[in-house]
Amino acid sequence: MILSIQQVVKRYADHTALAGVSLEIPKGQIFGLLGPNGAGKTSLIRIINQITAPDEGQVLFDGELLQPKHVEQIGYLPEERGLYKKMKVGDQLMYLAQLKGLSKAEAQSRLKDWFIRLDIKDWWYKPVDDLSKGMQQKTQFIATVVHEPKLLILDEPFSGFDPINANMLKDEILALKERGTTILFSTHRMESVEELCDSIALINHSQVVLTGEKEEVRNRFKQHAFEVSYSGELEESKAFDIISIAPEKNKAVIKLTEPNQTNKAIAALIKQVDLFEFKEVIPSFNDIFIQVVAETK
Amino acid sequence: MNKILLVIQREYLTRIQKKSFWVASLLGPILITAIYAVPIWLATQDKEVKRIEILDESGLFQMSDLVDKEVEFKLVKKPVSDLKSSFTKEGYAAFVHLPKDLLTHSKDIKIYSEKNLSLPLKSSIERVIEKKVRAILMKDAGIASEVYEKTQIEVSSETITVSEKGDETSSSSGGAMILAGVMGMLLYVTLLLYGSQVMNGVIEEKSSRIIEVIISSIKPYQLMLGKILGVGMVGLTQFLLWIVLTIGLSQVASKFYSANPMQQKVEQIKKGDPEVAKKIEDASPMAEVTKVIESTNIPLMVGGFLFYFLFGYLLYSSLFAAIGSAVESAAEAQQFTFIVMLPIILAFIMAQFTLQDPDSPMAFWASMIPFTSPINMMVRLPYGVPMWELATSMILLVVGFLGCSWISARIYRVGILMYGKKITVKEMAKWLFYKG
Repeated sequence: MILSIQQVVKRYADHTALAGVSLEIPKGQIFGLLGPNGAGKTSLIRIINQITAPDEGQVLFDGELLQPKHVEQIGYLPEERGLYKKMKVGDQLMYLAQLKGLSKAEAQSRLKDWFIRLDIKDWWYKPVDDLSKGMQQKTQFIATVVHEPKLLILDEPFSGFDPINANMLKDEILALKERGTTILFSTHRMESVEELCDSIALINHSQVVLTGEKEEVRNRFKQHAFEVSYSGELEESKAFDIISIAPEKNKAVIKLTEPNQTNKAIAALIKQVDLFEFKEVIPSFNDIFIQVVAETK
Repeated sequence: MNKILLVIQREYLTRIQKKSFWVASLLGPILITAIYAVPIWLATQDKEVKRIEILDESGLFQMSDLVDKEVEFKLVKKPVSDLKSSFTKEGYAAFVHLPKDLLTHSKDIKIYSEKNLSLPLKSSIERVIEKKVRAILMKDAGIASEVYEKTQIEVSSETITVSEKGDETSSSSGGAMILAGVMGMLLYVTLLLYGSQVMNGVIEEKSSRIIEVIISSIKPYQLMLGKILGVGMVGLTQFLLWIVLTIGLSQVASKFYSANPMQQKVEQIKKGDPEVAKKIEDASPMAEVTKVIESTNIPLMVGGFLFYFLFGYLLYSSLFAAIGSAVESAAEAQQFTFIVMLPIILAFIMAQFTLQDPDSPMAFWASMIPFTSPINMMVRLPYGVPMWELATSMILLVVGFLGCSWISARIYRVGILMYGKKITVKEMAKWLFYKG
């Protein structure tokens, strides 16, 4: 486990942001931290970054109690992110890299590599003010990863990215994972969860309400529903209920009356109709998110 | 520690790379030099002797009475109407009509000129006439002219301070007052100037949203401390530039001044007659400056100034930083900056009274309380302050700074992450008690 969060409580004057949150984040994964606005995600991220301290509970980083030296092994791209507007891109990145503990020479050589990699060589002496939003996002991303952190925390990384930059970012995230970086990924965008994450945790009302590996979570939310296409007349049977039907297209969604009795259902189907297609309906994370948030209100 | 150095370096370099820093650094010394060099220059330049005609109907004046170094007089006997039309053509700046009964109607003198007469020229003319008329009146009253000359004395005093041990130093109360005023003013301006620079720096980081990235690398108090020290060093650099450039410029200016013929004449006289030379030296403004320098404990002044600037700046700038952290724009900051500026302004007003009476109870307390002590103690220092008072004031200032920075750091660490909320003073007070 790169990160072990144990019974963390954080209270503010008028509300509790985290009420006994526990999470285990395995090494080398992309871990999705999901939850509606105000659920406590940012509070948790700030505690991991040691921007604030928990009132109760503890956080272990790579088996050690979280302490100041660990900031150099964490990279953080906040949701609300900015740069010094008047500073030159190169100077700015040098500053941020050195703050993360890199020596001057090291920072310089790594930044040069990144500038070549992202094809932005001629930006070094440009003031940030002169950069487009997309260019600033690239700069911020470099600042987050230049010190090669073990743990990368990305809070809504895709917000405000155009499709080209979003794609670039996705590729870079996957490349970092290849190299063994653990990525904690906080987002609302379920399609990027489906695409990128290995595990997820859903936080609602200051508590973890759902956690696990992506496929395992999905299985947990299976409705035992199947999409079928056929020709003939379809009627309900003992083995399944019809949830929805479109006779003109010869398509329907059925639900098993008993879980895991798929063969029984198929047998019942082929007695009635010619079966062309039989496919399980896999719940999307969007559905899971909405369902769980509604349930935990 | 290393990271605080990085912050200091960034704050320092980005500021001294700005054009405005160099404009202020150059403009300051030029202005200071100009303030005293221009009048001297004008005084040495404007030595064109004015020519004046005098129509003396009273018949009291002879050419020997009409001597002035800036004006050349000529007695004429022509009708007024002729003079009115001819004086400009003949190159006279003005003509003066003295009435017959000058002794009884001394206010009926008329001066005719083409353009408005300059005030110095008018008083030169009046001085010459007045001198003669007074001499005649004295004589008429039975006072001999020698007696009259003897009564024309000037009083001037030398001030001497005596220490408890009985050591005497020639002091200069005028000089001390000027020195005190200048140092008080300088502290007032710089506390406000650099304090608000710190505040604007904090607002910039918060409003550009870079703050969260930075404080994921270093602790908020490290960032605050680095910023304050960095800006403080910019201030010290500016002082240094001002001092060096002002000295340099005044050297150039004084070379220029000593090159002119008047000054050379003075130099010649000095060489010829040591007694005259001493008189000239005593009368020159440089003598006063030398006296101030001789009677001032320079290391104490410089040390005191640096100490009170440093800790006064640290105290106020930490409060300015706290305000910057609580707001999201400079406009929003205004309502709070007043709270911090009030004691500075108050200290400056109190300093005006301290300047008049540096040993009054008010001056004493103003130089003890940390918020007002930087300005007021600097104003008192040139007049001489007992060691125990100075030491107490310094200790109190350091304690005050520690207290203020503790409060500020606690407000700061909460404030920098607070967005979209209207902040009140009460709210800020609550932040003091937030945990980590």
